[in-house]
Amino acid sequence: MRKKNNAWKILIVSFVFLFLYLPILILAFYSFTTSANIGTVQGFSLDNYRTLFTSPELVQMIVGTLVLAFTAATLSTILGTLGAIGSFYSKKNLSRLMSTTNQIPVINADVVTGFSICILLVVALGVSKDTYIPLVIGHVVLGAPFVYLSVLPKLMQMDGSIYEAALDLGATPFTALRKVVLPQILSGVLSGFALSVTLSLDDYFVAVYTKPATFDTISTYVVNATKGSQTTIKTALWALSTVIFFVVVLVVLGMNLRTAKEEGKGAEV
Amino acid sequence: MKNMSFSRKSLGIPYLLFLSLFVVAPLLVLFYYGFTNGSGRFTFENLTDFFTNPNTLGTLCYSLALALVTTLVCLLLAYPTAYILATSKLKRRSVVIMLFVMPMWINFSLRITALKEVLTWIEGNLAYYPFLNSVIGMTYDFLPFMILPIFNTITRLDPALLEAARDLGADEKEAFLKVTLPLSMPGVISGVSMVFLPAMTNYVVLDMLYNSTYIMGSLIGSYFSAYNWHGGSMISLILLVMICLFTLFTKTEEENPRGGALL
Repeated sequence: MRKKNNAWKILIVSFVFLFLYLPILILAFYSFTTSANIGTVQGFSLDNYRTLFTSPELVQMIVGTLVLAFTAATLSTILGTLGAIGSFYSKKNLSRLMSTTNQIPVINADVVTGFSICILLVVALGVSKDTYIPLVIGHVVLGAPFVYLSVLPKLMQMDGSIYEAALDLGATPFTALRKVVLPQILSGVLSGFALSVTLSLDDYFVAVYTKPATFDTISTYVVNATKGSQTTIKTALWALSTVIFFVVVLVVLGMNLRTAKEEGKGAEV
Repeated sequence: MKNMSFSRKSLGIPYLLFLSLFVVAPLLVLFYYGFTNGSGRFTFENLTDFFTNPNTLGTLCYSLALALVTTLVCLLLAYPTAYILATSKLKRRSVVIMLFVMPMWINFSLRITALKEVLTWIEGNLAYYPFLNSVIGMTYDFLPFMILPIFNTITRLDPALLEAARDLGADEKEAFLKVTLPLSMPGVISGVSMVFLPAMTNYVVLDMLYNSTYIMGSLIGSYFSAYNWHGGSMISLILLVMICLFTLFTKTEEENPRGGALL
C-alpha cells in the first residue's frame, strides 16, 4: 500500500519535471546538430554557436539586452532603496501611500504598464523612443517596486538603536546611514538588484511599447524571429537558449553551494 | 534632532516623485485618452463600442475561458507537486524546489520557442488545436509561479496541527482535507492571481505559437499597431478594473511569488 503510494508520487513529480524541462533539453540537443527542425537527426555541428557569437546582429542584441538590464537594475536599486528608507522613517499615512502606489506595477498586467508609459511619454509628451528614455523608465517601473519590497522588511528587522548610538557617538546622519543602516539592509538591496535584472531580461511587453524601432531585446528579437523564416537565425537562437539554460543552472548551483556553506558554518557554531 | 529625522525621510522623495510621474500619471493619462475621441472631445464611445461590438465581447469571453482553464490545469499540476515535495522526507528540499522554480529565470521567449518546436513536431500544424495549444503554452510559462507559493505555505504549516488531527482520530485523508488543504489556501490564492491575470493578457505566448485567436491583451496590441490610442486606453482601463476587482477578492498576506522566487 505504502509502496504504491510512493510510486504515484514519483510519477506525478517526474511528469511535471519533464513537462518543464524536456522541451529545453530537446532543443539543447538539436542545437548541436545541423538540422533545422526537431525530429530529423543529422550531423553533429557547432555552427549554431558560431553564428550566435559571430553574427553582429545577434551579438548586438544580446549585449544591448544586458546593458539595458544592468542600467535599469542599477537605477531601480538606487530609487527603490532610497524609497524604502524614506518610507520606513515617514509618518504612517505617507508610508502607507507609498507602499500602496508601489503595489500598482507589481499587480498590474505588463501590457497595461507598457502601454500606459508609452501613452504618457511618447504620445502625450512627445518623447522620442529613439532616446531610450521611455524604455529605461519602463524597465525601472518594473524593477524598482521589487527592490522596495525586498528592502523594507530588512529595515523592519533592523535594530534601530544602533543608528541612534552611532549618532550619540558623533557620526553624522549620512555616515550613520552608510555605516550602520546600509550593511544591515544589504542582502535586501542585493536581492532586489538581482530581481530587477531578471525582470528586465524577461520583459517583453514594456520593451515592445517603448523601445526604439532599431533596438531589440532578446525577447522582442526572439518573438520576431519565430514568426520569420530565417533558418540560420532560428537555430542560432536554439544555441542561445542552451547557453542561457547553462548560465542559469550555474548561477543556481553557485547560490546553493553558498547557502550550504553558510548553513554548515551555522551548524559549527 | 528634528532636522536629522527630516533628512532620513527626505531620502524617499525621489522615489515618491518617480512613482507619481511614471506609475500614477500614466494611469491618469489612460483615463484621459480612454474617454476622449480623436479630436480631444469627451466621449463614452470607446466604452460603449467595447460592450456593443460582438468581436470585442467574444474576445473577453474567450480570454476569461482560457484564463479559467489555464488556472485550473496549473492548479491540478502544481498542487500535488508542491504537496508531495513539501511533505517529502528529502534532505535537500530547498534544492529540489529550486529545480521547479528555475525555469522562471530562463527567458520566456526562448522557453516558448522550445515548446513550439516540440509541439510542432508532435502535432504538425499548431493551428489545428488553438485552444489546447494556448492552454499548454500558458501552463508551460506560468506553472512555476503556481508551484512556489503553494510549496511555501505547506512547508510553513505547523506539523503539530497534523499530529493533533491524527491524535483526535483523523486518518491521513481526513487530516489532509480538514487541516492541510484549508490552511494552504493563501498559497493557492496567491498562485491563482499569478496565473489568471497573465493568462488573460499575455498574448505574446499565443502570438509565438502561431495562434490566430485573440485575448484581451491582443486588443491593446492591435490598437497600438493601428495608432488608435483611445481604443487601446479603454481596453487598458477595462483590464485595470478587472485587475482591481480580482485583487480585492484575492488579497492575502502571502508575498508575491515573482519576488519570493529569489528565496
